[in-house]
Amino acid sequence: MTALSRLVRAREAGLVVMLVILAAVVGAIQPRFLTVGTLDIILLAIPLILVAAMGQMMVIVARHVDLSIGSILGFASIAVGMMFRDIPEMPLWLGFILAIAIGAGLGLVNGLIIALFRLPAIIVTLGTLSLYRGLIFILSDGRQVDPNHIPEALIRMAQTSPIGVPWIVIIAFLTALLAYIFLRHMRLGREIYAAGSNPDAARLRGIRVNRVTLVVFSLSGAMAGLAGLMYAARFGYVNPGITGVGFELTVIAAVVIGGVSINGGIGTVPGVVLGVLLLGAVSVALPILGISGFWQDAIYGAIIVIALIVDGSVRAGGLVRLVTGRGG
Amino acid sequence: MSAAETFDAAKARPLWHRIVVRPESVTLLLLIGAVFVSAWLSPFFADLRFVLESATFYIEFGIIALMLTLVVVSGEIDLSVAATMALSACLFGIAHRAGLGMPVAILIGLGSGALMGLFNGVLVTVFRLPSIIATIGTMTLYRGIAQVIAGDRSVGGFPDWFVGIDFIAVGIVPVPVIIFVILAILLGLVLGSTLFGRQIYQTGTNPIAARHAGIRVDRLKMILFTASGLTSAVGGLLMASRLGVVRYDLATGGELQVVLIVMLGGTYIFGGRGTIAGTFLALWLLIIIQTGMTVANIAIEAQLTVLGLLLILAIISANAIYAGGRR
Repeated sequence: MTALSRLVRAREAGLVVMLVILAAVVGAIQPRFLTVGTLDIILLAIPLILVAAMGQMMVIVARHVDLSIGSILGFASIAVGMMFRDIPEMPLWLGFILAIAIGAGLGLVNGLIIALFRLPAIIVTLGTLSLYRGLIFILSDGRQVDPNHIPEALIRMAQTSPIGVPWIVIIAFLTALLAYIFLRHMRLGREIYAAGSNPDAARLRGIRVNRVTLVVFSLSGAMAGLAGLMYAARFGYVNPGITGVGFELTVIAAVVIGGVSINGGIGTVPGVVLGVLLLGAVSVALPILGISGFWQDAIYGAIIVIALIVDGSVRAGGLVRLVTGRGG
Repeated sequence: MSAAETFDAAKARPLWHRIVVRPESVTLLLLIGAVFVSAWLSPFFADLRFVLESATFYIEFGIIALMLTLVVVSGEIDLSVAATMALSACLFGIAHRAGLGMPVAILIGLGSGALMGLFNGVLVTVFRLPSIIATIGTMTLYRGIAQVIAGDRSVGGFPDWFVGIDFIAVGIVPVPVIIFVILAILLGLVLGSTLFGRQIYQTGTNPIAARHAGIRVDRLKMILFTASGLTSAVGGLLMASRLGVVRYDLATGGELQVVLIVMLGGTYIFGGRGTIAGTFLALWLLIIIQTGMTVANIAIEAQLTVLGLLLILAIISANAIYAGGRR
């Protein structure tokens, strides 16, 4: 247990070191990267990823994966966006509740299919990724919700708040704080770790593993729904063919970099927050360095693969095997 | 000893039961049903020529699905196939634009695909990563590299003989369909009638037992992943020929189509079961369903709903049939 916690702590320290190195290198080339303004830009770049990553990390800790979050984000934002368009007097808080509820509902469907039929999450959510995206087009008739139909107050949430930091940044970090408390101090949160590290043992100890599956997928969906409304706030429009497409890959990248083990049972909220910050810093550093945005996906992909290799070598001695040429 | 064995053994299923109650027969039934329904709804579908021409839009995914069947039977999966198509096609296009000549460019395309598959294999066998996550990572990576090297523009200008392979036909059968059929026969023989094929089933059923039985599991998986990458490159080149240009977003979302074909064909998602015949039938089923929806004027994006639903129903039904067969 101490070895394990040391490993996790080493991962978080490693992420901090990587952030510092990134800031130093980019700052040395372009000093304007090291200004307070950059921090503001990074903070504005990450709220959606941070919120969805909290849900995704719970799913991965429980030894599943959720590929459908991009489509859930799109569905929740287009549904609520259309409601704002058609019922202008709808209060903002109701929009938030609806987005979260729609997301949770779609996530629950994922969880039910996976738990009821004992199917691998990756294939089921690959199916619902496309199913929900298709429903977005059917619901919206392929038309986007234009900026003039997004409530003014919602868009302001992405710009400011009484304390200066935009509301959506505050919401994102509050979500992370709640996730931290839930995963560390609540019974159900601990059960997620137990179910993920050894489902059979967890079952024998009286943990209802199927219920854990339903909970993590519902939460993942709920947070994707919340991120959907934040998308409408941040970008001021919702488009059926653009909103949330490919989002799942960025979020999985952040979670994996943050030290969540893909074999379940291991991962912390601070680690994932650092992983999200690192991705955000990379995405902000690229244009400052004058590197084309085309590089972003390749760099994210390389980061995922490297993070996976690091995990694999720590766990299974992969590097040793590669060097010595031994093994199966 | 022998008494205990006869006592323990489950009663063998009768022959007809084993032949009829299997996922492939569900695929076959659905295919026959789809043919009749579509021919009844639209006279186009009674015309074999029309069906074969429509097939060229999906055949690249079918070719890759054949190879992916072997990968899934061995207990792994490759979600990077569509990204591999895009990157190998882009490398091919850029090599050609750089004036390397078509034979060299094609070799670069195919070779890079094989290398991408090999890299997936290394991640899975050397670093012991689950292939589902490893190939999600390489999916992002390969697509990202394609975006870096090709940018936002189309790469084209291929010689006339290369463009439009889907319009070349032997009789009424387009060349890509012939490639699909030949590969199906070849891989069907490999999986069904060779030692290597039996080893794939054994590995997928129980990798640890396979290792103890002397099967070189890691080498086997390495071969399958490399072959999957190579086949994806073939699919990428066929698509490049059909479209006449390559772009980094070629075949975006294609992994859904490919996985859907394999699952519709009744291959067991947890490995150890599945046949090429099932995948072969599933491609034609998907062609008829998708062409039918297009003829019925259902938008491509709305079709996604049906494809996603089909994928989930396919794994639920295959799962149920295999669970029934075990009892």
